[in-house]
Amino acid sequence: MSTQDTPTKVISDYEATLAKADSTVANFDRDDKSFIHILRNFLRTYPTMIPALVLVISIAVFSIIAPRFFGMGALSTVLKQVTVTGFIALAQTLIILTAGIDLSVGAILVLSSLIMGNLAVVSGLPALLAVGIGVFFGALMGALNGLLVARIKLPPFIVTLGTLSIFSALTLWYSKSESIRNVDIEAKAPELLWFGQSANFGGASLSLGGLTLFILAAVLWYVLNHTAWGRHVHAIGDDPDAAMLSGIRVNSVLISVYVVAGLICGFAAWIAIGRVGSVSPIAFSTVNLASITAVVIGGTSLFGGRGSIIGSVLGAFIVGVFNTGLSLAGVDDYWQMFAAGTLVIIAVALDQWLRRASQ
Amino acid sequence: MSAVKPILQAKGLLKRYGTVVAMSGADFELYPGEILGVIGDNGAGKSTLIKALSGAVIPDHGTIELDGREVNFRGPEDARNLGIETVYQNLALSPALTIADNMFLGREWRKPGILGSVFRQMDRPRMEKFARDKLSELGLTTIQNIHQAVESLSGGQRQGVAVARAAAFGSKVVILDEPTAALGVKESRRVLELIRDVRNRGIPIILISHNMPHVFEVCDRVHIHRLGRRLCVIDPKEHSMSDAVAYMTGAKLPEGVTEAA
Repeated sequence: MSTQDTPTKVISDYEATLAKADSTVANFDRDDKSFIHILRNFLRTYPTMIPALVLVISIAVFSIIAPRFFGMGALSTVLKQVTVTGFIALAQTLIILTAGIDLSVGAILVLSSLIMGNLAVVSGLPALLAVGIGVFFGALMGALNGLLVARIKLPPFIVTLGTLSIFSALTLWYSKSESIRNVDIEAKAPELLWFGQSANFGGASLSLGGLTLFILAAVLWYVLNHTAWGRHVHAIGDDPDAAMLSGIRVNSVLISVYVVAGLICGFAAWIAIGRVGSVSPIAFSTVNLASITAVVIGGTSLFGGRGSIIGSVLGAFIVGVFNTGLSLAGVDDYWQMFAAGTLVIIAVALDQWLRRASQ
Repeated sequence: MSAVKPILQAKGLLKRYGTVVAMSGADFELYPGEILGVIGDNGAGKSTLIKALSGAVIPDHGTIELDGREVNFRGPEDARNLGIETVYQNLALSPALTIADNMFLGREWRKPGILGSVFRQMDRPRMEKFARDKLSELGLTTIQNIHQAVESLSGGQRQGVAVARAAAFGSKVVILDEPTAALGVKESRRVLELIRDVRNRGIPIILISHNMPHVFEVCDRVHIHRLGRRLCVIDPKEHSMSDAVAYMTGAKLPEGVTEAA
């Protein structure tokens, strides 16, 4: 065997120089001197700073336009207004991180709140037990979404579009299209209104619900960034096949995400009862789209895998600040919707600009 | 070799995708401590064979035995838990996650004490140091920042991360599907050295490659795959590369083998 095809066991000549290869970690002169460069780099490293900056700037601008806006009074009004949307946005963020979308979050919230109200006020169950059952049903509805998405492999949009109708129908059937009045709740189950209470600091009143929103956001931030489960949620949204090949149990994680989202919506139902003071089968009809708006303005990508919990809370606040600010400035209501729409488009455009720059 | 039992063995694997046959009765043996090359034409079913061995594809028929015991993988995590680590052609990395997060995906280390057991906190500093060490071992010194997202790496660097991950965690078998396809001269050389290192640690390796010089340089035996099944196994010291190419393309039949219809 001495043909020229005989395998060679000698390292080729051109590879021999490798022994002299540089082994230090590569280092480059930094060229990020211009302001735009520094800004872009900063925003790329800390994407949550975009909604944070937008929030600060919009508060500043509205304070100039409408001096009444600047002050703890108006800001605590904003917090009250965005509390429920904020909770739902937290649930929505989890789903969107897995490259899904949940159109049924609002319906889960309303059905859960009716279960709580009916059991506590009409059936006379202890209020906390009624809350527990309501939250449980919220998780159950989330589990149904999760099973359909993960096991039957249906697109999340279709699944939750379907369950939105189903849950809404069940809501009307279960409630017989009747609301539960504030006076009845106050008389029979005042615990349902807990989260409506406020603590006063000078001119500002911080509602318990608003405070809980911050606590839950902090918990979810920790879970998403510092636990393995959080990494898996990101990985699945990023590339489900790669996640599967990396040994992640994609289906179990997906189902757990939908269950947690349902759990949050169920809990938000309790908050919502405290916020509104009554339970109505037709309340919170806009919270689905408002939550998606908040998540997108907060910088979470609808394609999954990238985003932040803090961003979604800030996103909810930005929409709230615009609504309150515009109405204090004496602008008609429909311009508030106009502003929210514009914000979504700008947020996504900004996100794309940053993403392009990173390639 | 006849006295030694194969560590990983497959018999009569069959897999159909609809009407397309990807494997039709493929056999496979990997012996302890060897580097086995797997070559074959495009579409010969190499990747399907490898995915069956790594749990990513569930064969319709046939058995897989690890250490003489039959195993039924329901997913890649099962194979991985048994110590079979794979670098796939598409690398299976999550672009938005950092290098360290990717290396530890699905097997994150937790902090000791209550932070880890109750609060499930990951031990990032330890994971990052480990990742940095493994990349340096591989000579991937052009990766400047271990906190970088994988999407900011070049194709070759990504492949390096995937190879480093498999080499670091494989305890029974390491499977490499085209590990040097996107790598530069220096990194390819390092991967080949790494393959030998891993083998010297006593872990057998399956190397799928189209790079004949690489296959012939490092492999102890070469499994030639053709038309969804094993055609033959040759010794690279006794056959030339042109023989191997002739076998796998069907230009020539190896001795003692009759082409199945």
